[in-house]
Amino acid sequence: MIELKNVSKTFQTASNSVEAVRDVSLTIEKGDIYGIIGLSGAGKSTLVRCINFLERPTGGQVLFDGVNLAQLDRRALGKTRKSMSMIFQSFNLLSQRTALKNICYPLEISKIPRDRAVEKARQLLKLVGLADRENAYPSQLSGGQQQRVAIARALATDPQVLLCDEATSALDPNTTRSILALLRDINQKLGVTIVVITHEMKVVEQICNKVAVMEAGQIVECGPVRDVFLAPKSTVARDLILPKNEAVQKIDDGPLLRLVFDGQSAFSPVLSNLILECRTPVNILQANTQNIGGKMFGQMILQLPNNSASCARVRTYLTEQKIQYSEEDADQC
Amino acid sequence: MLNSGMLQTLLTGILETLYMVVVSTGIAYIIGIPVGIVLYITSENGICRNKPIHIILGTIVNLLRSVPFIVLLIAILPFTRAVVGTTIGSTATIVPLVVAASPFVARMVESSLKEVNAGVIEAAESMGATPLQIIWKVLLPEAKPSLIVGSAIAITTILGYSAMAGFTGGGGLGAIAINYGYYRYEDGVMLITVLILVVIVQIFQEVGMRVAFKTDKRIKR
Repeated sequence: MIELKNVSKTFQTASNSVEAVRDVSLTIEKGDIYGIIGLSGAGKSTLVRCINFLERPTGGQVLFDGVNLAQLDRRALGKTRKSMSMIFQSFNLLSQRTALKNICYPLEISKIPRDRAVEKARQLLKLVGLADRENAYPSQLSGGQQQRVAIARALATDPQVLLCDEATSALDPNTTRSILALLRDINQKLGVTIVVITHEMKVVEQICNKVAVMEAGQIVECGPVRDVFLAPKSTVARDLILPKNEAVQKIDDGPLLRLVFDGQSAFSPVLSNLILECRTPVNILQANTQNIGGKMFGQMILQLPNNSASCARVRTYLTEQKIQYSEEDADQC
Repeated sequence: MLNSGMLQTLLTGILETLYMVVVSTGIAYIIGIPVGIVLYITSENGICRNKPIHIILGTIVNLLRSVPFIVLLIAILPFTRAVVGTTIGSTATIVPLVVAASPFVARMVESSLKEVNAGVIEAAESMGATPLQIIWKVLLPEAKPSLIVGSAIAITTILGYSAMAGFTGGGGLGAIAINYGYYRYEDGVMLITVLILVVIVQIFQEVGMRVAFKTDKRIKR
């Protein structure tokens, strides 16, 4: 549905040029909730603006349903943008209009008659759970409510794609969860393809089916969330899944193993069994569990005793039990 | 000092002043709003970036603004005569007032528009709005409270200019203050005109602020 081919964006300033996006290629299929994750300054926001041409790429192509956006004139581009709505970190509602009138705004742009626009806006307010606040101004709404109005506004033109630029970054964890649940609902009920820009792994875990990890303007890895989460290849992806500030301290010289539990093994007492079977004490340096697409996943970093015989027993046991593991360097994790 | 003749003169002066100020502010806004909008949208980060237009328009505005009003008043006397047929009286004063106030208003409008949250404009662009739709439905409504405050400042500035026009035969309270207070040393009349001017300024300012506050939906009530 959306295809980026070698997209680059360079900003020229008086003294130098900044390559915000470098040679990015990715394909977003219809119905996807596609996460683009990266740290601040990785070029995510510029990339998402290249998708709807708010920023014109300086290289490469953006294809929307096979149409090259660069070849559209102003009017045709405007029409295309109506099927690619966007929501923002700072909501960007019109401060001098009520919630209802804000949702009417894109319909006014599309020259929809007033009464039909109001009717549609009311339906959308109901969809986002704010039917009783239609006359409230943005200043009278909480952050989460403002984002709901922004989502309703984005849906007014019946878009095929919803681009979310850090849509939950200004919200608290509970509100974030409810907004994400709303986005997933919209994806499932209305079939809207969603692109989510975020710096938070938990956003990707909660709603995305695919993810691309960005660093310094480039995509360093991408694929189904499960794969990237279970076996992150890039340092950034590891940092995002296991943040650096929680980095483990190696206690003595024993080797480190990173165990990954998938949906099944996350519930069985793997570690207790391992210790009993191998008669080897292990040290848990870090552990967590996450819910990805409704399945539980866990990972754990273990330190084994500095004794090759017992290490070998543990590795054999893990292989027999079909538990994924990888060797880790202390300074990497 | 304050006989009925004087009162009559003052009353006429007030009416003339209000006539000059309101009419010239109105015309200045008719010219200044489009100019201010063009200045804003053609700027570096504007929605219709256009460097040549921005620079040319900006230079004209700056040139007009850098001429002191009293000099402008005299310098454009031939133009004033060409437009209204005379250089004396309140109607004639409207011409230099408009010439002086329009660039001022244009800058006020430009600065009000600059206060509009850039994200809101980006959102409108992401919806496929045309520049005209952005101006009508986003820029002007979002800047409305600030534009109203600006108009209160503009009107009081124009009131100050209008008083100067008394020197070249313009009407209104300024002419009374100059004719009685300056040429005839009637300090009492001078003081009264000053007081009336102060009151008028207060009223304009207060009304402007109140209306701006009332219309601003960003303020929680």
